[in-house]
Amino acid sequence: MKGRTKSQKPDLAKLDKIVSKYKGEKGVLISVLQEVQAEVGWVPPQAIQRIAEALEVSLGQVYGVLTFYAQFYLTPRGRNTIRVCRGTACHVRETNANLRAVERILGIKEGETTSDFKFSLETVACLGTCFLAPVMMINRNYYGKLTPDKVEPILKQYS
Amino acid sequence: MGKIRTVDELNSLRQSIIQETDPNKSCVRICMTGCRAYGAEEIRDAFNEEISRRGLEDKVEIRETGCHGFCARAPVIVIDPQDIFYQQLTAGDVADIVGKTLVKGDIVDRLVYVDPMTGEKIPFAHDVPFYKGQTKNVLRKCGIIDPTNPSHYIACDGYAALSKVLITMSPEQVIETVERSGLRGRGGAGFPTGRKWRLVRSAAGDTKYVVCNGDEGDPGAFMDRAVLEGDPHSVLEGMLIAAYAIGAKVGYIYVRAEYPIAVEHLKIAISQAEELGFLGKNILDSEFGFEIRIKEGAGAFVCGEETALLMSIEGERGMPRPRPPFPAQSGLWGKPTNINNVETYANITSIILNGADWYSKMGTETSKGTKIFSLAGKINNTGLVEVPIGIPMRKVVFDIGGGIPNGRKFKAVQMGGPSGGCVPEEHLDLPIDYGSLEAIGSIMGSGGMIVIDEDTCAVDVARYFLSFTQAESCGKCTPCRLGTKVMLDTLTRITQGEGSEGDIALLESLGEQVRDTSLCGLGRTCPNPVLTTIRYFRDEYEAHIKEKRCPAVVCDALCSYHILPDRCQGCMICLRACPTEAVKGGKRMVHVIDQSKCIKCGTCLSVCPARFSAVVKVSGKHVPTPEEPVPVSAAMKGDLEHENNH
Repeated sequence: MKGRTKSQKPDLAKLDKIVSKYKGEKGVLISVLQEVQAEVGWVPPQAIQRIAEALEVSLGQVYGVLTFYAQFYLTPRGRNTIRVCRGTACHVRETNANLRAVERILGIKEGETTSDFKFSLETVACLGTCFLAPVMMINRNYYGKLTPDKVEPILKQYS
Repeated sequence: MGKIRTVDELNSLRQSIIQETDPNKSCVRICMTGCRAYGAEEIRDAFNEEISRRGLEDKVEIRETGCHGFCARAPVIVIDPQDIFYQQLTAGDVADIVGKTLVKGDIVDRLVYVDPMTGEKIPFAHDVPFYKGQTKNVLRKCGIIDPTNPSHYIACDGYAALSKVLITMSPEQVIETVERSGLRGRGGAGFPTGRKWRLVRSAAGDTKYVVCNGDEGDPGAFMDRAVLEGDPHSVLEGMLIAAYAIGAKVGYIYVRAEYPIAVEHLKIAISQAEELGFLGKNILDSEFGFEIRIKEGAGAFVCGEETALLMSIEGERGMPRPRPPFPAQSGLWGKPTNINNVETYANITSIILNGADWYSKMGTETSKGTKIFSLAGKINNTGLVEVPIGIPMRKVVFDIGGGIPNGRKFKAVQMGGPSGGCVPEEHLDLPIDYGSLEAIGSIMGSGGMIVIDEDTCAVDVARYFLSFTQAESCGKCTPCRLGTKVMLDTLTRITQGEGSEGDIALLESLGEQVRDTSLCGLGRTCPNPVLTTIRYFRDEYEAHIKEKRCPAVVCDALCSYHILPDRCQGCMICLRACPTEAVKGGKRMVHVIDQSKCIKCGTCLSVCPARFSAVVKVSGKHVPTPEEPVPVSAAMKGDLEHENNH
């Protein structure tokens, strides 16, 4: 995940390469956006314009798709992504207390990124690891059976 | 392995794989999917290292498998041929396992499962109650085979159903077999699979599609993930058979992007199937050809709804449209499309191989076969279980699931996630099938089973589900867009102690309207959690509204934290941990929580040493505490007057 925000300005040549791969196929808008985001870390405004032109769809349609799906980001992301699971099993095991602890320690709300771009905080509907409930994920690492007092030492490992 | 051109080639390949496999060779099966979160990769590395250090490569196979199901005991391994089950391992245990079990054949006692009920040590997987109570059909290869090794799949009759269909059955006969089996859609609605296939086959037009719905969005359900990760070829084979039956040449698998291992294993399986000739043109020397493409979801729960899913495959916002026309008539790009869920496709091979009669012997009169349930929440044996449809829920929760942890009391099972309803104690002996669950306001759904205990607030659970569906409502139709919002606001008010007389009636009438008038399944089912909790736990709603009390002591606005003066040892742990400096006190002084500063984060409760257990969370109860810190010794002598409240 490191360095995912490196390019604040999208590399348009790379973008064109991704788009040209899909040219002529139907129904590829989501796949193109996914690939662009995987490359850049988020979907910058210049990319939206470029993709709309290349795929011959309206800006509105691209923007509509981007804002409909939770997976797309319209702002740059932090180096580390924290995902607090809000699945049912986690909910009944008080995941909210952990979420509040993260929010309090980092001073951001879910969906936000710290001003130093160290962390982005998200909640997810279910990580599918209900046996770890309540669980939080940072990048690819799981932190299961979490309690609020364990949050700060965990976050420190990434600082 | 090269391309397999004919059925004979496939059969002789299978024979040679089986013959070359030494049944007495030790095999360590490590769950490498769910258990990864608990360090299965480190365990695998440790095994490989130890095996090569001792030069046992020829004697022992280390096999990376999919989910074994018993997630509560992760990481787990099973050692064949003895079927020895070790659980909750660390990499540090590996040297012992290799030295004692693999070399000498002894059991490592400390890693054996202990039945919490009887205290009995159970070294073999087939004796563990969690496994013993199950009937594995869909999951029969999951946890057994390496999902990335096609020889394993082929050795377990892989692609035998496909070859049987291509050589001996007409599309009509395939449909008839699936119809007679009684298989119903496992995605939730339970539509008869064979009938759906027949509708697509008889729809007009030459271009038809097969779609696999792998957008397992219900929080708390993970069976499709396990099947895709642990036995992906079985889904491909099910889709191939469906494609042959309905006359499709192209298929799509729509899978959640939140399941990276599932996507990875599917991609591997598809490219293997292409290389082996199970996908492509003239499969096994027949006229039939088929290709499969993967579409990754982008994070929208509503895309589990079939018409929304089709929109999403087309690259649009995933918004449902009214039916009819059903996708069977007009689906992907306006063509007749067959959509089934992952588990449904994974059922097909066993029906073809063993016959419709064999399959329909399992289950009830109207619901045949087995169903996978994911057990989670307040239950000892969190994991995946496969049982015949129609067994009593009590058996799943208590016999297989091992009951409720920490001696707490069972309250209900939430079936089918946000679309389902809760099943209280009084209905626990009900057979689990589509009809019986519907009769009590719940649904079979995808098979998510979240167990809640007396410490779970029914109103809070209802509010939780509504907050989920409200956020995931696509906004296209008014009842769902506005109805979920008003219902959520009402529930939020109730949980914050601001409920008023009439709120329950409002929720009931609004819930019924949203249920009856919404466009798609999301809206039509989202009132279920609210309506069923009102039906079975009305007293809890009333306690919140009338007494401003949360009986389960969950809803923060109605709860407060206190430090019991006769338990507090003045150890300063909670005082230091409190993020808002709300705990007053000093060394050997009874700590006191300043309620005006307390943000109810629960940190004090989680850090207070268990041997003191001095912090309590209460609702609607008075806990007498001193105004200011007093010496511990004074409180211990009982100088403070108080009634014990906990």
